[in-house]
Amino acid sequence: MTTPTTPTEPWRWTIAEAAEKLRAKEISSVELTQAHLDRIQAVDGAVHAFLTVTAEAALAEAQTADARLAQGRDLTPLTGIPLGIKDVLVTEGVTTTAGSRFLEHFVPPYSATVVQRLRAAGAISLGKLNMDEFAMGSSTENSAYGPTHNPWDLERVPGGSSGGSAAAVAAGEAMGTLGSDTGGSIRQPAALTNTVGMKTTYGRVSRFGLIAFASSLDQIGPFTRTARDCASLLQHIAGYDPKDATSLDVPVPDYAAMLTGDIQGMTIGIPKEYFVEGTEPGVVKVVEEAIQTLKGLGANFIDISLPNTRYGLPAYYIIAPAEASANLARYDGVKYGLSLRDGAADLQDALMTTRQAGFGAEVRRRIMLGTYALSSGYYDAYYKRAEQVRTLIRRDFDAAFARCDAIISPTSPTVAFKIGARVDDPYAMYLSDLFTIPANLAGICGVSFQGGFSDGLPVGVQLLGQPFAEGTLLRVADAFQRVTDYHTRWPELAASAPKPKATRTKKSAGKGK
Amino acid sequence: MSISRSDVEHIALLARMRLSEDELALTTDQLAGILEHIAVLQEADVSDVPPSAGTLPPIDHFRPDATAPSLPPDKLLANAPERDDNYLRVKAVLE
Repeated sequence: MTTPTTPTEPWRWTIAEAAEKLRAKEISSVELTQAHLDRIQAVDGAVHAFLTVTAEAALAEAQTADARLAQGRDLTPLTGIPLGIKDVLVTEGVTTTAGSRFLEHFVPPYSATVVQRLRAAGAISLGKLNMDEFAMGSSTENSAYGPTHNPWDLERVPGGSSGGSAAAVAAGEAMGTLGSDTGGSIRQPAALTNTVGMKTTYGRVSRFGLIAFASSLDQIGPFTRTARDCASLLQHIAGYDPKDATSLDVPVPDYAAMLTGDIQGMTIGIPKEYFVEGTEPGVVKVVEEAIQTLKGLGANFIDISLPNTRYGLPAYYIIAPAEASANLARYDGVKYGLSLRDGAADLQDALMTTRQAGFGAEVRRRIMLGTYALSSGYYDAYYKRAEQVRTLIRRDFDAAFARCDAIISPTSPTVAFKIGARVDDPYAMYLSDLFTIPANLAGICGVSFQGGFSDGLPVGVQLLGQPFAEGTLLRVADAFQRVTDYHTRWPELAASAPKPKATRTKKSAGKGK
Repeated sequence: MSISRSDVEHIALLARMRLSEDELALTTDQLAGILEHIAVLQEADVSDVPPSAGTLPPIDHFRPDATAPSLPPDKLLANAPERDDNYLRVKAVLE
């Protein structure tokens, strides 16, 4: 059920609602942007979603958007809409840290393609969002700049690695954000914060300007509160980019037009391997209720099997660290970023001192793991075998999608956990991504949307689709949102704005400490 | 397959990581723990299964052989820790 009246605070509006009001001149983009900057001021001391807020630049962009709106030229559903960008996407002239000490003072000379595309659409960037260092983590606790807190319970994690992107949307600090998903880094935080998060098909969205973690798995995607808003963001970031050789020249459909509300006769698969012991009963209950709701809308459900699911997580923890160990070799203190060369005996000494100081524990752990998996004598047993398993997982999905249009599961086996609860047990943390990782290995798309709550904490429902079936997944999520109101609920935080904490780190654009 | 302390020392060198004594012990423990979980991979039947390095269909992108503006050296070198004209300065590689 959509709310009958639009709420008074602009930060509570959806992108679609705001776009309508901007066109009707009921509000200006400057006012809308200022409302979000005020909201950030009010709550981000407690949430810590942002690493950098570019207030001045945002208001200047909003003025330009207002001029466009006044003239009614080049308008898109994103014109004048304030958004946030995960700090793993480079932004020209705005510090981009990837959550790492290594890039504390890094000011990129260009902007990522997705950032350029959003700007061209007239969207406003409010700033850069917190994340696990180099996108490695499932809780945002691995940020060198302190954790992000879940707006639904400030003592809990927002998920990760795109925790800042998720929390900003959940707390009303941005109308939509971009994140990146290598093993679940968009979908899992979306699930834990009551937002919509989409992992796009590998090749759907340009990765030019995305700081690389695991290049065969990384994909950029949106966070929003509604499936409709997700469609708007996806519309503008999707498409071939000559600057990314792995982006595919596949036509971008009109996603909004695919949100018909009609899922009559659609077939959705329930994979038995995703409904296993270890998943919290409260999570399973919500997903089962969502299945009933979708049945009521005319979807058919069939039981399917993805027999190699149990190999997904271990294969991922070979492949992703192996690729990371190669990608992160570029942090050598020579071209940019941290460089501790004074007093070093030679180049190698400087390199090792720099890498020791620049990388956090999880990043070092993964580089070590990846280096081991690729090292002489272990390559066949680990890396090659993991890539063979990857083939098996792809075949599982191919067989499943021969029988169904989408696959449904919990997004995360648990609701948001307490900050600190899993930091000492790396593998327990890795288990957060049990249900999201296979999609990255197979390159398919997936979305997490608001399924309901378990003991007051959000539960996400995951839908997986064939390559380039983003529109199908959004149609299902949108149909669900038409008959439910979970996506319209706000955390308590929204009602009472806590005072900013004194422990704020960096807030200004373009300069480090 | 288990991992020893000397394995970890060797990998640390390959990865250009310097680990303190404490970190060496902790890393050995943690990697051993992770590898124990990963060992389940050995149970997968991968006979005659080709590896997938990625998920893309085979593609070749060709661009026109035309010149286009690049970022100017000053902009690219703005983040350099140490520069000398349009070069990056590093410690001597060879004495």
